Amino acid sequence: MDGLDRFLATFFNARIFARYLPDMLAGVWTTIWLAGAVIALGLSLGLALACLRAYGWRIASFFIICFADMGRALPPLVLILIMYFGLPGLGLRMPGPLVLILVLGTVLAAFAEEIFWAGLTSVPKGQWEAGRATGLGFTQTLVQIALPQAARLALPPLVNRVLAISKMTALGSVIGVSEILSVASTAQSFTGSAAPLTMGAIAYVIVFLPLVVLTRLLERRFAWKV
Amino acid sequence: MSRPMLEIVALEKTFGELKVLRDINLRVATGEMVFVIGPSGSGKSTMLRCCNRLEEPTSGAILIDGKDIVGCSSSALNRMRLEVGMVFQGFHLYPHMTVVANVMLAQIKALKRSKDEARERALAMLDRVGLRHRAETMPTQLSGGQQQRVAIARALALDPKVMLFDEPTSALDPELVGSVLAVMKDLKDSGMTMLVVSHEMGFAREAADRVVFMDGGLVVEEGPPEEIFANPKAERTQAFLSRVRA
Amino acid sequence: MQDFIRLFFNLEVMAQTLPLLMQGLWMTVKLCAAVIALGLVGGLFLALGALSHRRWLRWPAFAVIDFLRALPPLVLLIFIYSGLPFAGLAISPFAAVAVAFFLNNSAYYAEIYRAGIQSVPAGQTEAARACGLTTGQTLAHVVLPQAVRNVLPDLLSNTVEVVKLTSLASVVSLAELLYSANMARSLTYNASPLVLAALVYLLLLWPLVRLVSRYQRRLAA
Repeated sequence: MDGLDRFLATFFNARIFARYLPDMLAGVWTTIWLAGAVIALGLSLGLALACLRAYGWRIASFFIICFADMGRALPPLVLILIMYFGLPGLGLRMPGPLVLILVLGTVLAAFAEEIFWAGLTSVPKGQWEAGRATGLGFTQTLVQIALPQAARLALPPLVNRVLAISKMTALGSVIGVSEILSVASTAQSFTGSAAPLTMGAIAYVIVFLPLVVLTRLLERRFAWKV
Repeated sequence: MSRPMLEIVALEKTFGELKVLRDINLRVATGEMVFVIGPSGSGKSTMLRCCNRLEEPTSGAILIDGKDIVGCSSSALNRMRLEVGMVFQGFHLYPHMTVVANVMLAQIKALKRSKDEARERALAMLDRVGLRHRAETMPTQLSGGQQQRVAIARALALDPKVMLFDEPTSALDPELVGSVLAVMKDLKDSGMTMLVVSHEMGFAREAADRVVFMDGGLVVEEGPPEEIFANPKAERTQAFLSRVRA
Repeated sequence: MQDFIRLFFNLEVMAQTLPLLMQGLWMTVKLCAAVIALGLVGGLFLALGALSHRRWLRWPAFAVIDFLRALPPLVLLIFIYSGLPFAGLAISPFAAVAVAFFLNNSAYYAEIYRAGIQSVPAGQTEAARACGLTTGQTLAHVVLPQAVRNVLPDLLSNTVEVVKLTSLASVVSLAELLYSANMARSLTYNASPLVLAALVYLLLLWPLVRLVSRYQRRLAA
């Protein structure tokens, strides 16, 4: 067996691919629904916080800014370990997927809040004044006039951040959530072959490449519009 | 006519299907100032940009002091470009450097002058365009006319044999145009060879040695300014001049 | 409440494990230095490839960038750390982490550089080339200084991400800050070392995060 054959047998072993395909598909499904939950939680919480901040209540704004800063400054894995290994000491034992969704969702919310807020602040003051002058209330102006414009600006950086944080569902492998990387690692130690890792990497690229392509499309569309 | 400093021979330029320049032939003698006029889209700027290969000619030759710059290697091109100064409509000063650093950069990097030498030369050139006292300011703090004069100094500092001007006053407020034209006049009087694309008809009449009228990628007519402006022969020239005068 | 303080903010445990964590912090710092330096250089080359007029350079550069953006850094790390030995390449945890995150971050830095270079008007390049500067000189003295300034907040924010990313090195048992903290947690049966690690990250990165926000607001204004 020469070098290339051995390389292929180690990294691209069809027999191992076939054997672990069902497990891998289950892992892919787990990754997808985890990512979906993280995105839903992160975006809705982030949007809500940005809107709340728009009302300009000092104390609320202060806590939102602290939240956003901490969410952006803390490594998610630290939070995951604290919640997963620390909280049970208080009698609060949460399943791995829940910990993952809560931590990543909150971290995404921190970033999303900042991105939405940046979008809101870049809406020209005249737009707010026009809304108020035509008899809309603050909330109506926010929802009907400011948010749609802010969302357009926020879209490209938001998709980038959603991509980056969805990928972090791979951290679930550290706390026993059987997503793609867990399946791959387990299979690797069972088979003593690197093929499951290759398979996992391919699975990730298949799952997340559409999001990468979406960032490219948005980039082009916005490049044309400007 | 003595040996031309700049000679354009059978220059053609196509963008895809579009023929922008067709068989342009033009000679600019040493110390001569030639004005190129014509409607927008006539190919004047493209022709000018071919003269230092910012635009790659499709075919033809561009001779600077007898040496062809079309088809020379990229290192030779960089050397040739030192002999051709260019001034742009949009100035294009480097916003992250002081005025004097703008004028020094290419002297140091391309001409390999020492820092002191480059600085001395830069200050002399800034003095020539009347801006020595602004040497240490940032370009964005200057008016448009001042920026354009710095851009001229930047080109002059490299001791070019020819200067190309691509609509040097089009981006300026009317009251700032005069200062730039004065510098150009001074440059001509000192014997610089200049090829100018511009809409400043008054200045052309007063200072140019020759005027070239271009339209549709062709040189339609050329001659001394008094002749072109007073009794143009070609119909297209007449039409253009009556339009800009109106 | 007392349980909470005893388990999460136990000063005694924190003081006891602080030296271990400081050792870990030193490893984190070394790791960051390596990954940031490598990533900044690798990213520049990828960006230049992606901006090239030559198709055979541009397409592979984009393919590499997008592949790396689709792949979670932890997967890349595990692949390099546990996969490469199968190909007969034994690699130290530090090298594995440095290589994996260098690759990952090159892609991110590349995207930032690319945006920055594209934000510099074409006239700047033309003016420099017309003055006889070479492509390299134009890039180094005219385009890059302006490009970097235009995307400074993004470069800074990605650098924050690098520091956070190095915490993943704990997964392959590299004794950086988080690994040390988690080790201390399992030794003391107390989560306070993890909280202490979180505080150290916060202390390190909060100023940078503030700076990024400040910068972005100034650019928007």
